[in-house]
Amino acid sequence: MTMLAAMCVNLSAAELPVGRPPLPAEIAAWDIDARPDGQGLPRGQGSVKQGETLYLERCAACHGEFGEGAGRWPELAGGVGTLAHERPFKTVGSYWPHATTAFDYIRRAMPFGQAQSLQSDEIYALVAFILNLNDIVKDDFVASQANLPTIKMPNAAGFYDDDRETAERGFWVATPCMTDCKPPARITGHASAVDVTPDSKTAPKME
Amino acid sequence: MSNSSPPDRHRLGRRALVAAAATTFAMPATAATPDPAITTLPDWSQSLGDGVQAHPYGVPSPFEKHVIRRDVEWLTAGQQSSVNFTPIHALDGTITPNGLCFERHHSGVAAVDPDQHRLMIHGMVAKPVVLTMQDLKRLPRSNRIYFLECAANSGMEWRGAQLNGAQFTHGMIHNVQYTGVSLRSVFEALGIDPRAKWVMAEGADAAGLNRSIPLAKAMDDCMLAFAMNGEALRPEQGYPLRLVVPGWQGNMWVKWLRRLKIGDAPWETREETSKYTDLLADGRARRSTFVMDAKSVITSPSPQTAASPKGQMVISGIAWSGRGSVTRVDVSLDGGRNWQAARIDGPVQSLALVRFYADIDWNGQEMLLQSRAQDSTGYLQPSKNDLRKIRGVNSIYHNNGIQTWLLRGDGICENVEVS
Repeated sequence: MTMLAAMCVNLSAAELPVGRPPLPAEIAAWDIDARPDGQGLPRGQGSVKQGETLYLERCAACHGEFGEGAGRWPELAGGVGTLAHERPFKTVGSYWPHATTAFDYIRRAMPFGQAQSLQSDEIYALVAFILNLNDIVKDDFVASQANLPTIKMPNAAGFYDDDRETAERGFWVATPCMTDCKPPARITGHASAVDVTPDSKTAPKME
Repeated sequence: MSNSSPPDRHRLGRRALVAAAATTFAMPATAATPDPAITTLPDWSQSLGDGVQAHPYGVPSPFEKHVIRRDVEWLTAGQQSSVNFTPIHALDGTITPNGLCFERHHSGVAAVDPDQHRLMIHGMVAKPVVLTMQDLKRLPRSNRIYFLECAANSGMEWRGAQLNGAQFTHGMIHNVQYTGVSLRSVFEALGIDPRAKWVMAEGADAAGLNRSIPLAKAMDDCMLAFAMNGEALRPEQGYPLRLVVPGWQGNMWVKWLRRLKIGDAPWETREETSKYTDLLADGRARRSTFVMDAKSVITSPSPQTAASPKGQMVISGIAWSGRGSVTRVDVSLDGGRNWQAARIDGPVQSLALVRFYADIDWNGQEMLLQSRAQDSTGYLQPSKNDLRKIRGVNSIYHNNGIQTWLLRGDGICENVEVS
């Protein structure tokens, strides 16, 4: 017995020496994620109309009646075609690549401060309404487990994997330049001119 | 990685270079009248001070009360989904004190009872498991020092110099020693399905924050950490359990970690699609830009530090890279035209922050101070202008461009942009 206690534990050799298997009810209680291929989406459905009622009650105070955002809270609608503009407007409609992501996010995090208080049908209805605000689905649309993964989002093709190691290969340098690396530096801007540092007397107060 | 500093010969070479770049040291001033700080006995030298239990958990000297995390009120809609900044301008060495590590929450700080906390690991795994904190503390553990940088650190500076302080421009970083269990050691005992490629990590906070992490990274160097700098994690850093994802963007280091689900594809969560993707000038966005590029900043002098006197001056700063260790840091006094090697002092470890110094003799003329880091892969921190040529100004994330401080004749620094 003493010898056993003194032996080193090699985890990779066998079972994890601690913990227990989760019960199906425990997995079900926590398994709230949903993927773009539909894995994880629960049974249920909700219409644009149902979503509108719920949205005005539970969401509009922060996100605005038309998804335009209140104060600094996130806007949800509009902005399609602005991503290459000087001031892009990123919303569910203009930027998000998958409708399922809205389901996953609302289910776990919304309403802000009342997380995981919505039923599956309510979440489907809210997603349907937000898609409708963005003109992605018609007024009579009913979102469901079956159709959410098939929704074509306007910016679905707008993303590509990290390519820094090729697109930015010029940043890998064998011998850094030490002398006369560029013409004499000129100052082109001062933070003090923008004047938004917290200590500044004139910093803008946002609502 | 080794704890040791670079070879002595190398270090002496750098030191000599810096010394050569500096002019002769100024002569010390002489006193005309006796210094009352010497000739008058202060109260603390006569009467008794606090007893041993005045502060059961110690706090800094009241004279250091300005060294605190600060936020930028106009940046976010509210305090619960917000960020504050490490006061890097007032710190030295390499380890960030726990109470000064910047905070970023999406639904406030979860007040988790450790006895009620569970970690569930399930999905494409032969033996799913539920672990208590006590279970985790019975597994073999290790200690590792890593930096954590928010991908949005310096994100307000893409269009030009905006915030006048290193705390605000570069303060979404900290560097602490984590104690915890290697994720690989746990996963290997659970029988991961060979078709599995991704792990979703999820927090127990009211945001249920979730991120997809490549299984290869999880099996490389990720940790289930329960302590930082020798004590339990702070609530705002994920007490009682945080995922450590070395060298990668801070958002992936899921706090209050309650669940790891193994799968064959990424989840494309809100945090990895609508956020933490890098919008480029052509309107397309890079995704999965997990690694933090090499970066450095001079922390002192900087806009929040006291006026620097002429003469002998310590230029001090920090550097880090998500690709390996920092192998060199250079300092420029003229806005990037000429450079001199800085001296790295303290531990140099992979995926951990280093401290650098350049000791100069300042003649009181304006200087444009910059620092530039290079890492063990050869990546050299680019200028902001070179970065903008590729990444535009709407990327928000991954601004690792070279920072410029104008040191004015009055010894005060300003955040400026240079050509």
